[in-house]
Amino acid sequence: MSYFLTEEQEMLKELCAQIAQEKILPVRAEYDETGEFPWDIVKVMAASDIYGVYIPEEYGGFGGGVMEMCIAAEELSRVCGGISLAFAASALGAYPILLFGSDEQKKEFLPAIAAGERLAAFGLTEANAGSDAGAVETRAELDGDEYVVNGTKQWITNGGEAEIYTVVVRTSKGTGIRGMSCLIIEKDTPGFTFGKKEDKMGIRGSTTRELVFQDCRVPKKNLLGREGTGFVVAMRTFDKSRPGVAAQAVGIAQGAFDEAAKYARQREQFGKPIGSFQGIQFMLADMAIQIEAARALVYHSARVVDSGAKDIGKLSAMAKVFASDVAMKVTTDAVQILGGYGYMKEYPVEKMMRDAKITQIYEGTNQIQRSIIASAILKESAAKEKKA
Amino acid sequence: MNVVVLIKQVPDTTDVRIDRETNTLIREGVPSIINPFDMYAIEEALRVREGAGEGTVTVMSMGPPQVDVALREAIALGVDRAVLLSDRAFAGSDTWSTSYTLAAGIRKLEDYDLILCGKQAIDGDTGQVGPGVAQFLGVPQVTYARKLTIDDGSSATVERMLEDGYDVVKVPLPSVVTVVKDINEPRLPSLKGKMKAKKAEITVWGSDDLDVDQEELGLDGSPTRVVRVFAPEARPGGTIFEGEVEDTVESLVRELVPILKGDI
Repeated sequence: MSYFLTEEQEMLKELCAQIAQEKILPVRAEYDETGEFPWDIVKVMAASDIYGVYIPEEYGGFGGGVMEMCIAAEELSRVCGGISLAFAASALGAYPILLFGSDEQKKEFLPAIAAGERLAAFGLTEANAGSDAGAVETRAELDGDEYVVNGTKQWITNGGEAEIYTVVVRTSKGTGIRGMSCLIIEKDTPGFTFGKKEDKMGIRGSTTRELVFQDCRVPKKNLLGREGTGFVVAMRTFDKSRPGVAAQAVGIAQGAFDEAAKYARQREQFGKPIGSFQGIQFMLADMAIQIEAARALVYHSARVVDSGAKDIGKLSAMAKVFASDVAMKVTTDAVQILGGYGYMKEYPVEKMMRDAKITQIYEGTNQIQRSIIASAILKESAAKEKKA
Repeated sequence: MNVVVLIKQVPDTTDVRIDRETNTLIREGVPSIINPFDMYAIEEALRVREGAGEGTVTVMSMGPPQVDVALREAIALGVDRAVLLSDRAFAGSDTWSTSYTLAAGIRKLEDYDLILCGKQAIDGDTGQVGPGVAQFLGVPQVTYARKLTIDDGSSATVERMLEDGYDVVKVPLPSVVTVVKDINEPRLPSLKGKMKAKKAEITVWGSDDLDVDQEELGLDGSPTRVVRVFAPEARPGGTIFEGEVEDTVESLVRELVPILKGDI
């Protein structure tokens, strides 16, 4: 099937598939079991230039965009939706710098991220600020030319492993989204430590951890954009990163589908391969239809984002909702097709089902995505009426 | 440190089938790969260059124009330059004339300190071309290397794998070293490497470009002929005599006597 990729994109896809098959496949079950961080795979991806695919050439990257990030995330996730996050979560952490960083900030931080020498991570979520991202309580008070940061971020992907953190904090008194700012905070800054490491249902080859700030002094020059723009930074970052989560979901779904189709051909019951029974055939067909539709929407949204179009939030959210719901459905059906074997850890589909679930939850739950989509639709409708 | 790596493009043997009619390999539709042992030679060459901090790695192969793909794959891994020896006159070469031709190609490169190749190719399995090249070039050879250390640019120390241990050999440079898979873990290509490989120019030399005696080339220059390629016939299983030693010995003798007498 052709997806109208450029020659460079085909090359990237082929390379990521090779990394996934040769390096990730043999170790995915082990990382899923131990929950350790896959540094050996990070090194392989770094040496193969994968970390720079979405970063401009002038900052040491490959010069691609969201589409390239999606291709990499999909191909890696096809084999392991957890380990792929060592790449994708670094992109999430880098996007605030890419989008809102000054030239100096970009020059300082992006080349190391592009080379995979230093991983990035994004810190927004707190115990009381999840879907309600405006409820951030971590405070940053300006003292001379430094911000003094106090508070705790939770469920931060790549937490403790990454070296460059883009962290959303509250810089002015009171509540609300206008008092928020985004700071670049480096690992090893005094007062910055790591708390609880989560024991998760899925994506266990990825580290999820608390960031703890206690009188952590961050140079003022590490402020991204202006004070008060933190919420905007977060939302614009998600507009770019959500197609990446969607691509991760498509990859997980494709991986599960491949296993299910293979099993249906090989497994015999009643003297025939189970793939010859219509009940299984229709399930496989429905899975394939959903995956193709999801991939089409993901690639379309990524291309629209890369075209520089405005108001991409709605489309980006649609891709994330649809692809993650597809991933959950397809992986569940893959377990069903493999039956008792599918439920066992000896086969990879139960892990894919566990990995798929997070894609409906993180980077904005699918309920929040639907709110974003609905509010955009209603706004568009009102604008149309005004014109008429 | 300038390193030359000799590689061979081979069919991916996990897929190989033999045509029962003609007893030859079915090559159609079988993907081609770089001989896996040569991948270790490429990796070792890149490490030698990185260790020396200067020099080039040149990859060379003899074969039809489609070997281009294998050479580009080597460039994607970080090799600086690729040379293909390709000419109708080279067709049908056995290991003698292949070694002769490759040696002529290397001589034309002039500046080389080390020649690396895999211990053998997975299709022919002879393991003769590396040593043959060393012989034609008049340089020393060390086979089955599992560890290679460049001492000071004028010699190398090599651990040579044996069945029950290893030899440590010191060898002057230039030399030919053939490697086993224990020597390293080959890297994957990089995106920048793949981009470079796409645009790279592959040097192609024919028989006219080389200082060779035309009579030594190809099928005519080959002293050996492949008469037939065949899958060995399955051997019938042996007979196992079970029971007490006294009884089994008696049974064995009963079976053996007519055979020894020539009755069977």
